[in-house]
Amino acid sequence: MNLKKNTVQEETMPSTLKTDFSLKWGKVLKSRTFYMMMAPYFIIFTVFTVVPVLLSILVSFTDFNMLEFPEWVGWKNYARLLVQDDVFKIAVKNTLVFAVITGPISYFACFGLAWVINELPPRVRTFATLVFYAPSLSGSAYVVWKLLFSGDAYGFINAFLMKFRLTLEPIIWLKDPDYIMPIIIIVQLWLSLGTSFLSFIAGLQNLDPALFEAAAIDGIKNRWQELWYITLPSIKPQLMFGAVMQITSSFSVAEVSVQLAGFPSVQYAGHTIMTHLMDYGTIRYEIGYASAIATILFAIMVLCNVVVQKLLGKVGE
Amino acid sequence: MRLAVKIGKIKIGKLKTGGMLSRSVGGNIILFTLLALLGAFMVLPLIFVINNAFKPINEILRFPPRFFVRNPTLKNFTDLHYLLSETWVPLSRYLFNTIFITVIGTGGHVIIASMAAYPLAKRNFPGRNILFNMVVLSLMFSSTVTQVSNYMTMSWLGMLDTHWAVIIPAIGSSLGLYLMKQFMEQIPNSLLEAAEIDGCSEMRIFWSIVMPNVKPAWLTLIIFSFQGLWSAGGAAGSIYIYSEHLKTVDYALNQVLAGGLIRTGPSMAAALFMISIPIITFIITQSNVIETMTTSGMKE
Repeated sequence: MNLKKNTVQEETMPSTLKTDFSLKWGKVLKSRTFYMMMAPYFIIFTVFTVVPVLLSILVSFTDFNMLEFPEWVGWKNYARLLVQDDVFKIAVKNTLVFAVITGPISYFACFGLAWVINELPPRVRTFATLVFYAPSLSGSAYVVWKLLFSGDAYGFINAFLMKFRLTLEPIIWLKDPDYIMPIIIIVQLWLSLGTSFLSFIAGLQNLDPALFEAAAIDGIKNRWQELWYITLPSIKPQLMFGAVMQITSSFSVAEVSVQLAGFPSVQYAGHTIMTHLMDYGTIRYEIGYASAIATILFAIMVLCNVVVQKLLGKVGE
Repeated sequence: MRLAVKIGKIKIGKLKTGGMLSRSVGGNIILFTLLALLGAFMVLPLIFVINNAFKPINEILRFPPRFFVRNPTLKNFTDLHYLLSETWVPLSRYLFNTIFITVIGTGGHVIIASMAAYPLAKRNFPGRNILFNMVVLSLMFSSTVTQVSNYMTMSWLGMLDTHWAVIIPAIGSSLGLYLMKQFMEQIPNSLLEAAEIDGCSEMRIFWSIVMPNVKPAWLTLIIFSFQGLWSAGGAAGSIYIYSEHLKTVDYALNQVLAGGLIRTGPSMAAALFMISIPIITFIITQSNVIETMTTSGMKE
């Protein structure tokens, strides 16, 4: 009925355009149940996510201190960031190192562990999942690492090293630029069995056992073949989800760095794009500049995501 | 830690896998020893938090620190109880606020995000790709800088100093929609077609066919959302909520426990309390994830 009404309305239009438009409009009308279903979510999402993100990108071209009305400065923030800001260069370097190391390792660890745990008997499975998810559940318990890497002779690791005469005097782990980075990487890896890990577990649980039976008949010979040709392609949606989560978390290391190495860290050894952003956004209140940092970080992550999703497309081929 | 070792033992004995193929016994032993060691490493801080909650004050402040408790005591808990009983706003009110935010926020997010995820995953309509890509991209934008405009929006909508300032953005967060959409993609079309032929409405298909088939997904989403709101309800709350009687329990605990060294004991007990609720939720939902799907996978 609706389709008919539209064709009548558009009779004056040129014929190709008219059919094109009415076809599209017809589709929109036919899909109105779907739009209704999505409306509650997308209204909230637009108001509290899309608009703020777009505004932030806009603000990144201004000088804004939260007190006066923002003043348009064009590309000045970006120019300052990319050319003058030497600390930002350190931050970018550190962030890339973190991302390149923790990203892939934790991604494979998440999948590997989920895969192994999935084969445990059901009751043990819940327990094993809890054990590996514990770091994400225990909130700020990672300050326990501070005790381990404590800089005096009583820190667990120093005590251990000195006991076996591997070092004669305590190493000031969290104040030494050479050690800050590796320590943050270790703690970040330890924390990284989070969102992707649980979604992989759920994804593997969701697979149809008949799939594996059929594969065995079709001549899948070993576990690795099963993994590559059956398991991985079947949970591709979860793999893609996990990749995005891993990218966002490994590019936005900040909390761990601030808690362990302090802020600012010695010689900016633990400084990341995120801590740089927090510096300008929540301490100096240079919101325009902070928004420019956020926009650049966003661009880096999007780029990385494009590459990773391309790679994931090759899984199972 | 001993429990983690136990997994290894159980596993080596009997192998019942989802697949049809099995490993050699030797491979199993190596694999599960590694798993147990890694598990011990992962669970260490949790055990530390649990131990600390039962340590008497001289053990907590002992230097060098000791990992395990020697003389366990419940004094930290009774002290915490005593401290909280004299707060101006009763503890039950703080607890109610946290539970209200967490339950409404989690429930709302799971239902509303799933409802939006279903058409995105299984139906074709104009604008579908744009909408979905927006959600994925938004995950990558740092929330530190968007807070400024969110605050202005809240004040404009009159939501400042209400629980809705925390709940509504949580309902519209991107994570849930993305997760649900990815899982719904895997539902075989034949299942939906059968329902269509039977004359089911889209809402009905969503509720009685799609949702039961992605139970592991929404159970997992409950964990994420619950965990975030339970502890970070206070973080967002500290920005948007000013009235004392609307504050959350983590805020109240921080206020009471910021009283210096002497309150270290009770704060350890509080830390255990704060993580115990998400852990219980985790165990309940996770065992459901596993229980439902071992009996029935997603079948054509």
